[in-house]
Formats: sequence, C-alpha cells, structure tokens
Amino acid sequence: MIDFSPNEEQQLIVETVRQFATNELRPVGRECDESGEIPRAVLDHAHELGLVANAFPEAHGGGGERSAITGVLIAEELAWGDASVALAILSPALSGFPVADFAGADLQAEVLAKLTGASFAPGSLALVEPRFGHDAFAPKTTASADGGDYVISGEKCFVPWLDGGDHVVVTANLDGAARAFVVERGAAGLKAERERNMGLQGLATAELKLDGVRVPGAALLAEGAVRDIVTRGRVAQAAVCVGIARCAFEVSRDYAKERHAFGVPIASKQAIAFKLADMSIEIDGARMLAWEAAWTLDRGADALREATLAHQQACRVALQVADGAVQVYGGHGYIRDYLPEMHLRNARGFSAFEALALV
Amino acid sequence: MTISFELADSSVKARDHYRKVATDQMRPISRKYDDQEHELPREWVDYWWNEGRSANPSSGRMDDGMIQVCIQAEELCWGDAGLYLRMPTPALGGSAVSAAGTPEQREKFMGAFQKSAHPVWGAMAITEPGAGSDSAAIQTTADLDEETGEYVLNGTKIFCTAGEGASTVEGGFVVVWATVDKSAGRGGIKSFVVPAKTPGMKLVGCEKKLGIRASDTATLVLENCRVPADNLLGRAEVKKRDASKSTGDKGFKGAMATFDASRPVVAAMAVGVGRAALDFVKEELARQGVEIRYDAPASGLTAIERDVMEMEAELQAARLLTWRAAWMMGQGKPNNLEASQAKAKAGLAVTKITQKAVEVLGPPGYSKKLLVEKWMRDAKINDIYEGTQQINQMIVARRILDYPSAMLR
Repeated sequence: MIDFSPNEEQQLIVETVRQFATNELRPVGRECDESGEIPRAVLDHAHELGLVANAFPEAHGGGGERSAITGVLIAEELAWGDASVALAILSPALSGFPVADFAGADLQAEVLAKLTGASFAPGSLALVEPRFGHDAFAPKTTASADGGDYVISGEKCFVPWLDGGDHVVVTANLDGAARAFVVERGAAGLKAERERNMGLQGLATAELKLDGVRVPGAALLAEGAVRDIVTRGRVAQAAVCVGIARCAFEVSRDYAKERHAFGVPIASKQAIAFKLADMSIEIDGARMLAWEAAWTLDRGADALREATLAHQQACRVALQVADGAVQVYGGHGYIRDYLPEMHLRNARGFSAFEALALV
Repeated sequence: MTISFELADSSVKARDHYRKVATDQMRPISRKYDDQEHELPREWVDYWWNEGRSANPSSGRMDDGMIQVCIQAEELCWGDAGLYLRMPTPALGGSAVSAAGTPEQREKFMGAFQKSAHPVWGAMAITEPGAGSDSAAIQTTADLDEETGEYVLNGTKIFCTAGEGASTVEGGFVVVWATVDKSAGRGGIKSFVVPAKTPGMKLVGCEKKLGIRASDTATLVLENCRVPADNLLGRAEVKKRDASKSTGDKGFKGAMATFDASRPVVAAMAVGVGRAALDFVKEELARQGVEIRYDAPASGLTAIERDVMEMEAELQAARLLTWRAAWMMGQGKPNNLEASQAKAKAGLAVTKITQKAVEVLGPPGYSKKLLVEKWMRDAKINDIYEGTQQINQMIVARRILDYPSAMLR
C-alpha cells in the first residue's frame, strides 16, 4: 500500500533533529560560512544523538538501524538548519557506509570503531576530480596492483576534510573499472590542501594529490561499491537540497509577510505570493522523489535511475527556490546579513558534487 | 504506517486492467474522434456502458483508496483524455449529488446509472460567459414559484463537460449552479439537479476546441426552466452576508470543497496524458538506439538525455504529489493545500512535457500520423479546467501564508 507517513520512530527522530537544527545549527550557520570553521561542540552533540552511528552495524558499535528513508529525513532536517554543518555531521557515513557494506571484517572493525567512538570523528570520500567532464564511473585517478598492495595516483577535489579523521575512501581506475579503496589520511604520498569554494564554506574540503600512495590489498572495497556510493550520494544530496530549499522558502515566506511596500505586506501581492506557492509545490515534489529513491534503496533494489532523477530535480529546485528567495528579499537578499544569498551559493554546488553525504 | 511507494495488489490489478482497456479500446479510435469532433464515439460509449463499467479488476478492493481512482484516471487518460471525459458516468454532477444530496435525491437521480438500458451522462454546469474562475459571480437565477413549489432557472451556462449527453439523453442530469438571491452574494448560490430533457433547458451546441475534442463541451441555455423544489441540493435557506461573522458563504465554501476531492483525479488525468507522450518518446528513442544514461555525469549528458530525464522527474513529481493528495483523503486529513499543489504541478508539468515531446520528435511529432501532437493539445486543458494554474497558485499561496481571501485576491 502507498503510504506517505514516516513511522512513529522516524517522526520522533525528525522532531529531535529539527529541534537540534533550530537550536544549534541555525544560530551558527552564518558564522561557519564566514569563518570556514564549525564549532566542535555542535559536531560532538550530533554524534551523541547518534544521527549517523545509529545506522552502522551493531557488531562495530553502531545501532544497526540502517534505513535510507530515515537517512533522507535526517539529512533534510539538518540541511534545513545549515547545509555546511549538516554535511559535516553526516560525513562519517562517507567512509562508514562503503566500509560497512563492501570491506572485509578487519577493515570494518578498524574504520567503524573510530566512527562510533566516544567523540565525533569525521569520515571522508574522494570521488570528484578537478576537471571538466568528471565522471564518477571513469576516474582518471589510477590504481595498480603491486605485489599484494595497490598504488594509487591522481587528483581529487571536494573531499570533506574535517579535523580528526583517520580514513578516506578514494575511487580510482583499476584495470578499466572504477573501484574504491580505503586510504589512511596520513599515508605517504597523499597531500591535502584546503579548498575555497563559492558555497558550503563552513565545511572544510580539500583538494587531494595522491602520488604513488600505497595501500594493502585489503583496502580494496568489493565490486559495486562505486555504484552504491554514487547512488546513495545522489539520494542524500537530493534530501540536502530539499532542506536548503525549505529553509529558503520559509525565511522568504516569513519575510514577505513582514516586509511592507505600498502600504501592504509584499506577500499580499500575487507576484510574490505565487512565487512562494510555486516554491512550496516544487519542494514537496522534490521531497517525494527523494523519498521514493530512498525507499527503492531500502528494498535492496538498484536505485541509480531514481537517485539520479531525484538528485537532478532537487538540484534544480534548490537553485530555483534559493534564487526566488533572494528575489523576494530584494536588495536585502543580496546582503550577507540575511540567509538567502548563502542558500543560493550553497544550492549551486550540488549539480557538481557526486557525493558529499550518503544514506 | 511507514513510508511506502508500493502499490497494493488491488491497485496493480486495476492499473493493468485499465491499461489494457486503454490500449485495446481507446487508442485505436483516438485519432478518429479527434478528427470527427462532435460525433458520439459510439463504440467507446457502448463498450463502457455494456462491459467496461461492470468490470471489477480488483474484486471490489481499494486498498490504496482514492489513489486507485487516480490510477484508473491516469491509465484511461493515457489511452485518450477526450474519450475518458465522454464516458457515460455521473461525473461531476454525480459527485455533487453524492456529496450534498439526501438519500432520496441520490436514489432518484443516480438510479438511471444502474437501471437504464442505454448509456446516460451526468454533468455540472457552473461556468458562464461572464463568470469562470470567479464562480461566485454567476448570474443564472433560480426563483421559487410559491404556487407550484418549483424553482424557475434562467441563464446561460458554457464549458459544461459532458453537457450534450447529460442534457439530451433520458435518465441523465445536469447540476446547475444558480443564485436564489443576488443580494446574498456567495450565500445565495445553490445547485439544482436539472434532469435531461427538462423543458426550458436547451442545448445550444458544443465548443470547437484545441484538444480533448471527443469530449462534448456544451453551451446550455436555461429559459424559464422549471424543476421541483426537491431538486435543490443542500439547504434552501440563504445566509445573508454578515461582515461581523463572515459565515454567510458556508454553502458556497462547501461546494468549493468538492474540488479538494476532484482535483487529485484531474491531476491524475493530466499525468496520464503526459505519460502517453513520454512513453512514446522513450520507446522511439529506444527504437533509434538512443540510450538514456542515468549513470553519466551531468556535464556529459546529451540534450536529449537531459530533456528526457527532466520530463521523467517532472512527471513523477506530479504523480507523487497527486497520490499524496489522494492518500490524505483516505486518512481523513484536510487536503485543500495538497490537492491544489498537485493540480497546479500536474497541469503545468504535462503541458511542458507534451510540448517538449513534440520538439524532441521533430517533424513526426508535429504530424497527425502520430498521436503526439494530439497529446500536446489534450494536455493543455489540464492547466486550465478545475481551477486554472493561477487559481490553484492562489489557493496554495493563501494556505502557506495563512491569509484569508481578503488578504490575497
């Protein structure tokens, strides 16, 4: 049967995350964007709530409650609070899920123990490459077998690189196929340089240079990992886009009711009111696509098509809504005292990223 | 209770059944009745009356509730939206009688749809030459003749879907909106069941339209058309406007509320037309050996791939918004906002999808050898009737802003 209601547990989680986002993300979002830093206390608190670790296997300290639908519900609420902080909070999934799903037991134990430890530890994924026409399924970064090891060389960008992380999952071309490897962040031959991007400035990301980085044979994740990473990444990003759009919609709706022009609230003008109506429609439509893609994932089916359609639609919607929010605010929308200009910068990125979060 | 996008078995059975009906019964005559605009599609009407309507593909089960109704509408409009609207059913007239009528009225007016040997139609007549979206401005009058106990209707109704069949074929009826007291504004507007062939109700003719040409869109003139007082649906008394209470138009609001139930179905009809065009485009691309690569990087997609993916996402967003609005009805949740969101989205999405389909296919898309150009013409009505795009935007805006109509008009 078709059903559009999250279950009771999910409703409780959404309520909790919304409170958390309201109290701890929204107040710091702007400052994070300006400073490029996220307060450690926020990340630790998120870790205490178990927002990601709940989905890791019980055998490795997680809650064993994996659900992509729960994942998109959480991702939307966090991104509604602040997109940069949301992506930082969700980062443990970037290495945690691929390892949990595609790595051998020893590597699982090593990586997941850190991510489910007493305090927050970030995860990382190096998928995107800094060139025109980047294709996640045809990386230019190469891996070659050498004895029992693999040697990886190439360049990556948009790699979440928060302080305190031990591992990064790196994709590379091995014998003509895109494969994923677990690499220690401190490995010899790996250099990371902090990036400066238009948006999501609170999230520390790095450009990676890998020059003959040597990993053991067990670091190679099983086949199918890259397709899974891309699929789960697109679903998660769709939800993040919906969260950004919802925040942009809500603040511009409220602003339009307060801001007076010609003696009336501008929201009482059709030009503004209809724009807000369209925003609400598009946001709800994109959310349904994200949910459907997540539901497809949870059934264990290949969800790349659903994920791709949801991702593209949500990217379009987030950009359109953020742009609309700037427009509703008028001149104030261009000023960094208000949120919409940040929504616009944040939203634009998601058509370029493949995976800054996974569900 | 948990999020699920899996159709119930009963919905799957209904979907498969109506898809076959659409394929076997509708598509073969789709072009014929687009060309022969005002001709009764006899083979379709007879099929539906004698066989189609008694089919019970899901054994009476409707585990997805109103969503199953939406699925039927989508499938049959995937077949042909004009023929769907020409089906001999009580249609919107029936919805009004069911929603506002007494048990006696339901028995009296709906009986023919069970018992009649020949096909019968129901219809709703609201729009007038001078009142479309502004349905509170209708001028048709209903005056009570105290001596005979009858209402006397006078006025002109246009754009009455299924109005030809409903006004001229014995057993059918038209629900006519009229005012019993112009000074009462919306509060004076009532609806009346006018049986087919009632003296004084005259079919002037049917419109020549851009699309849905198999549908009879009638102009009806009411000239001293008398109906018994019992044919009034709902309460007879008029609540005068009271500025201090603003409760004067409850009856009118009740009538408008029936749109919350009908808009998801209309949105589903739109999705059906859009899917017809999109399915054809994808099949044609497959025949031409053009693959849609969902795994390709966005910057490496061809223009065709981008177009098709956007069409798919837009159509599915419209469908899911539609199902959500329908699902809420089954949950007993108010769906005024969601019904208008779905209708606004679906109407515009399929308008664009079908226009893009013609573009993508090039010369064959524009040719009448295929049905794609017809689907583009058929699709546009979904952005207009049952509340235009703009009316639905207005409803959505008032809801999200929590504005009364006086604040946003």
